[in-house]
Amino acid sequence: MSALEVRGLTVALPRGADRAQAVSDVSFQVEKREIVCLVGESGSGKSVIAQAIMGLLPAALPVSRGQVFLEGEELTAAAPARLRELRGARMAMIFQEPMTALNPVMTCGAQLDELLLFHGRTSPAERRKKILQLLGEVALGDPERMLASYPHQLSGGQRQRIMIAMALALEPALLIADEPTTALDVTTQSQILKLIIEVQKRHGMAVLFITHDFGVVAEIADRVAVLRLGELVESGRREEVLSHPRHDYTRMLIASVPSLKPAQRATLPAGPAALETKKLSKTYTERRWLGPRREVHAARDVTLAVRRGETLGIVGESGSGKSTLARCLARLIEPSEGDIFLGGTNIARSKPAALRPLRSRIQIVFQDPYRSLNPRRTVAQALIEGPVNYGLSREQALERAGRLLALVGLEGSSLERYPHQFSGGQRQRICIARALAVEPEVLIADEAVSALDVSVQAQVLRLLEDIRRKLELAMVFITHDLRVAAQVCDTVAVMHRGRVVEYGSAAEVLVHPRDEYTQALLAAAPGRDFGFGSAAQEAARPGSGA
Amino acid sequence: MARVFANWSVRIGASALVFLLFLAIAAPYLGTVDPTLFDAGSRDLTPGQAGEITTLEGDTVKHVFLMGSDSFGRDIYSRVLYGTRVSLIVGLACAAVALAVGIVCGLLAGYVRWLDGPLMRLMDGIMAIPAILIAIALVALWRASLPTVIFAIAIPEIPRVTRLVRSLVLTLREEPYVEAAVSLGTPPLKIMFGHILPNTIAPLIVQGTYIVGFAILIEAILSFLGVGLPPDVPTWGNIMAEGRVQFVAYPHNVFFPGIFLAATVLAVNILGDGLRDTLDPKLAKRVEPE
Repeated sequence: MSALEVRGLTVALPRGADRAQAVSDVSFQVEKREIVCLVGESGSGKSVIAQAIMGLLPAALPVSRGQVFLEGEELTAAAPARLRELRGARMAMIFQEPMTALNPVMTCGAQLDELLLFHGRTSPAERRKKILQLLGEVALGDPERMLASYPHQLSGGQRQRIMIAMALALEPALLIADEPTTALDVTTQSQILKLIIEVQKRHGMAVLFITHDFGVVAEIADRVAVLRLGELVESGRREEVLSHPRHDYTRMLIASVPSLKPAQRATLPAGPAALETKKLSKTYTERRWLGPRREVHAARDVTLAVRRGETLGIVGESGSGKSTLARCLARLIEPSEGDIFLGGTNIARSKPAALRPLRSRIQIVFQDPYRSLNPRRTVAQALIEGPVNYGLSREQALERAGRLLALVGLEGSSLERYPHQFSGGQRQRICIARALAVEPEVLIADEAVSALDVSVQAQVLRLLEDIRRKLELAMVFITHDLRVAAQVCDTVAVMHRGRVVEYGSAAEVLVHPRDEYTQALLAAAPGRDFGFGSAAQEAARPGSGA
Repeated sequence: MARVFANWSVRIGASALVFLLFLAIAAPYLGTVDPTLFDAGSRDLTPGQAGEITTLEGDTVKHVFLMGSDSFGRDIYSRVLYGTRVSLIVGLACAAVALAVGIVCGLLAGYVRWLDGPLMRLMDGIMAIPAILIAIALVALWRASLPTVIFAIAIPEIPRVTRLVRSLVLTLREEPYVEAAVSLGTPPLKIMFGHILPNTIAPLIVQGTYIVGFAILIEAILSFLGVGLPPDVPTWGNIMAEGRVQFVAYPHNVFFPGIFLAATVLAVNILGDGLRDTLDPKLAKRVEPE
């Protein structure tokens, strides 16, 4: 008997949605002591399946056909009271964002305690013993402090460990993990993945692991099921699916995962630096009426340079100061110390009025394509804003906007449409076109592809590469993803706690890292033992792409 | 837009207001007489009674007093309909003034950092005084006229609008599209009015409807207290004030203007609720998740 069996599951979408069914006719099993990865891009219905299994589907998404069996017991027909008993006891779930899954006004200890109390452990001493044992199991140091902490006082990784401890509390037969590491840094992610494998082995649990990341799949899965627009296109053993994908979609997805091996570039451009920083620092001070002043060094003594036609990668985890650096470079904020030379002019301390004529030379593309475009302005309005600010007439600017849309691969008819009519990848193309509209020398891409699905990400990366070559741009590419950095960057600077810990050519830094932290980052990259991205590498090589 | 008019609160509130607007505009053609006319022979008539009224030229004409007459022999029906004009003008004008000043103050406070402290402390100061007292003081300072009353009612509303706009600006200015506009060299004024303001419209419209309702009420209170518009202008407030003395014997003097006042404010607030549910996506989500 399988721990979980899903048979012909079909979940209807409300009328007016982009397709009739969120999930159509999906069947798979998860055996005991097995980790099955459910892989798919956004909108593939993978989270809906998890919710259907847990009986947590919103009323608008009813299960229209099919059955779900947990250890042979049919869940789709079970009464709500029975489902409530099973949740937690026989099946448990961990979520992507542990901050929102935990109650912010209860200490972690109280939440664990409540869970045990509701499921019938009455003696406080017994509950406490069990809680401490659980925390030991998820390798949380200093359990007393953890129990007394509120969720916001813990780090993302610690919160996710608390969530896992809660999921393990009642020894469930099935653990559903819905993108549990997506919100975490890569080093934390690798620890959490290890932990999940460990507890799964120890308890002989079945794990249904939902992810969009093939690196994670390579790291953790026994078997893989690939979803596309609500349909199961392929499933099989991990090695089979990863090395010999049968379905075109799977093949495309796997080929889109960038390789960790830096792409070789024949010659690096020479010439003067287009953008250069010297000992750049940004310190945030928190002034309080009482008590000491608190200083946060978001960036310290950053010295970097990038030439035209070259891509400088800035790599680091969250809180490393890479976004602060980007915003300093674009002079959206004023650095506290140091210099920024934009083609010889020091802009580090320029006043806003003096800065405005220079702004056209350095442009920035942001991470979130859904917030980077004013929802009340058409694409045309967004694209002509910059050129008109720099003295072009409306007609000239519109003509340029049309050309730019063609350059980024969008139709000319897009000009009169509003941002909400475009997908995330298309919006990011519009943002790139908007940045290019003022003909910059330096383009900063601040996590510009991180919010995109892997197949779209590959396209946008190709576009950026193409543009850099055509327009001889100096590009500053900020990312947390070493794979992406390896594919697009010529030089790489690794940031850790505001400092650049290693700076050199991509081939050197990513293949023979000298700094301890860089080595740890590389070691933590999921799926590094697996040769991903042969196709992406080919596409990125000059001459063969586009 | 279609979604807005599909909402029943919007439909009901808007149609009630359109009807009131029609009454106000068409008041002279709806069987009314000049609201200032009186006739000693037609004093204290009950609703529906026929009587006579003396015109300005001195002729005496027959007239049916649909809502009765007051102790001067004036036609309450005519006075209530003409009062609709005052109420709607005061309500809309107050909202316009409060929104206009509040938007400018809010944008400045939210976007120009050194202005934030002084402006907001000034607004806190205004908020510390009860709205009705400010209005009474201002009308007492100036001569009682329509513009004075409008400003007197609008001024205490300004801090609320300013606070709303400022809070919206503070979140919107961190949006990447605003930062993108900065890096495209867009000057601050253009960013404020071109990028930030259009994204504050929905909550502002909602706030505006509440100001309309509130202003109509305050105007009626001022007139009732005798510190509003001059007594020769018929308003719901002063009709009620004049009828108050005889309320036990002739309740219709207070009843009809009161019903109009209540219905108008109710209509405005229902419209406001409907607009909030449809225009303000954050609130709408909170009402019906997903």
